[in-house]
Amino acid sequence: MVDLEYLKMSPPQRLWFNFKAFFKRLPLSFAAFFKAIPKRLYKLWLAFAGIFLNIGRAAKDGDWKTRTSFAVMGFGLIARRQYLRGILYLVFEALFILYMVFFGWKYLAKLGSLGEVACVEEWDDALGAFTYKFYDNSLLILLYSLLTIFIMAGFVYMWYQNVKANLLSQQFTEAHVALPTTKDDLRSYANENYHKSLLSIPMLGLVVFTILPIFFMVFIAFTNYDKAHMPPQELFGWVGVDNFVTLLGGGISANSKVFAYTFGEVLLWTIVWAFFATFTNYILGMIVAIMINKKGVKCKKLWRTILVITIAVPQFVSLMFMSQLLADQGLINNLLIKWGVIDKAIPFLTDGTVARVTIIIVNIWIGIPYSMLICTGILMNIPEDLYESARIDGAGPVRAYMKITLPYMLHVTTPYLITQFIGNLNNFNVIFLLTGGDPSSLDMQYAGRTDLLITWLYKLTVSESQYGIASVIGIFTFVIVAVLSLILYNRSKSVKNEEEFM
Amino acid sequence: MENKRYRSKKLWEKTSLALIYAVLIIISLIWLVPFFMLIILSFRGEHVGMSADYLFPKQWSFDNYIKLFTETKFLTWYGNTMLVSVVVTVFQTVIVLMTSYALSRLRFKMRKPLMNLMLILGMFPGFLSMTAVYFVLKEINLTQNLLGLMLVYTASSAMQYYICKGFFDTIPKSLDEAARIDGASRHTIFVKIILPLAKPIIIYTILTAFIAPWGEYMFSSFIMLGDPDKFTVAVGMKSWLDNSTMASEYFTVFCAAAVVVSIPITALFIWLQRYYVEGITGGSVKG
Repeated sequence: MVDLEYLKMSPPQRLWFNFKAFFKRLPLSFAAFFKAIPKRLYKLWLAFAGIFLNIGRAAKDGDWKTRTSFAVMGFGLIARRQYLRGILYLVFEALFILYMVFFGWKYLAKLGSLGEVACVEEWDDALGAFTYKFYDNSLLILLYSLLTIFIMAGFVYMWYQNVKANLLSQQFTEAHVALPTTKDDLRSYANENYHKSLLSIPMLGLVVFTILPIFFMVFIAFTNYDKAHMPPQELFGWVGVDNFVTLLGGGISANSKVFAYTFGEVLLWTIVWAFFATFTNYILGMIVAIMINKKGVKCKKLWRTILVITIAVPQFVSLMFMSQLLADQGLINNLLIKWGVIDKAIPFLTDGTVARVTIIIVNIWIGIPYSMLICTGILMNIPEDLYESARIDGAGPVRAYMKITLPYMLHVTTPYLITQFIGNLNNFNVIFLLTGGDPSSLDMQYAGRTDLLITWLYKLTVSESQYGIASVIGIFTFVIVAVLSLILYNRSKSVKNEEEFM
Repeated sequence: MENKRYRSKKLWEKTSLALIYAVLIIISLIWLVPFFMLIILSFRGEHVGMSADYLFPKQWSFDNYIKLFTETKFLTWYGNTMLVSVVVTVFQTVIVLMTSYALSRLRFKMRKPLMNLMLILGMFPGFLSMTAVYFVLKEINLTQNLLGLMLVYTASSAMQYYICKGFFDTIPKSLDEAARIDGASRHTIFVKIILPLAKPIIIYTILTAFIAPWGEYMFSSFIMLGDPDKFTVAVGMKSWLDNSTMASEYFTVFCAAAVVVSIPITALFIWLQRYYVEGITGGSVKG
């Protein structure tokens, strides 16, 4: 019955219906998410229980070799002639202890206070002048403490693996099953353990240069790290959630209200921008692709090449060139004035609203070739007979597009659209190179009318050294991006779970 | 009657084709004209700064190019970028291929969590981690250093597995199974069977990895802050346009530099276009 009513609606009504349905479902999907939490906790508990069960079993059933390996990692393995693995565990343990004693502990001990004395002026007799002696550097304390915690977590994991491996090798020996030799171990890294050989280096890079820094910045959000507290001359310390309060407008300082206002403005524009940037590019790119693909259009390759050339020209070149052309005294304004089209320069990049429109249009110019390429490949996969039968049923080109092309494209390219949307929320280059976030505004704190969260973040760190606040903005950005993309992602999953298109 | 309808349909086809051609020509113009302007401006001989109200130079000359190579640090920047690009391309391609193969073909306990982790990491604003990365690099003395930049570009390349994995997913699994029955190890399958079939996606990965450093501004400006000898072209050329006095002097030089930067990449792109298209369409649509 509902389906029949739906079919009777006109397209705008349907759009409105879907829109309403989406927001009606939203609380439900949130509820489902929270309902699943106990189940997940239970699963987590089971996993933990399993770990402790294994350790307990090793302590109870293990012989002296296995039990010794609780303290001396890999001992049981060496005693049972699995030399390579045993020695690796042992070396790992030795390195870990050395690291903790000579390096890690020093920093970890100061994590609570982030340092006592930053720098002291001392009289140097040899030089005959005052010199500065640097002691605690809050930044390094935080950074190395985190590193040490990461390494400790890694050690606990390795220790648990070691207990398991020792117990297993004991059980193998007791059951008179041949233990895997060193050669077997090595061979397994090209087979059942091949993922470890492939992924270890990429993951190491990810941990050191992405995950560790993210944790670091999350912690920075709870400190007062700014211009007045710059290591190594000064210390910074923990301030709890003060930065969050400031940004949300509840702070005592006069800046707080301005920060909150700026945050709201920038956030709103970021979302508007990401929405328009993603969908204008997508729809227009698709239309261009359809035109090029149409039967009877000649020189398909030429048209495509013309657009592809523009991808090849580095983006920063085209963006900076555009920013020069569109400047108030730029070539385009000068030409238009000379030809008498306008009397006064159009403030392409200097008036808030005009600049926002300009940015979206320039972004279309930059982005259409990409989406055109993606759409071209997919369009060719749509079976021709679908259009044939649509034509016989009397559907015009517009109807065929709305009923066949668009649904098909949306179905296939949802993952691409989501990545595009996320990319646009964090699109630094287009904004920074085109306007630099300008025109600046007096009511906003270090931000201009076209600043996105990411460019505001850049300004706050690079020119204003407001690391604490910047980290909070970064965290908020992450939460917003994550929530939006999870909603989109779940939507596309539900589409996928429905029967496949056609 | 029948005949008339036929004719009107043909007429309709013809007009729609003509319309499409018109639109395509306009689009091509919109897309190409700025680049022609760029090239023409780079040959402007007279110094009129930004306030000129004409496009075609009164005096055609190579002055801008000569100035570019003799008076500015452009050649150093170009060398820096090229070096970084080549090194990053090699390592990034290897890492992306390894990660994609592992996530597409191998089944292990952490596979799904790992993919989710990378999805979530991708949502963090990259710049957020920059300060920490900067201090990590500073501790190992790699700030204002090309090696540091290479490290930053390569380190997180595993996160770009998405398109490549999508492509690997489209290669039939029966190939792997047949090879496994013949006793091939996973490694052999990867190197001897999958890689030769993945030519389009390898070229796509190489191409995107090679181009990225030429246009990247955020990280390189931060790491190279204050040392013009270590700039990449993007950072260096931006420094010419930072204020309006500089910009009016260097605008035409900027155009010349832009042409010099664009030519090799464009040539490479047109040459490998087919693979790029195959890679992007083959990989981006599979989840």
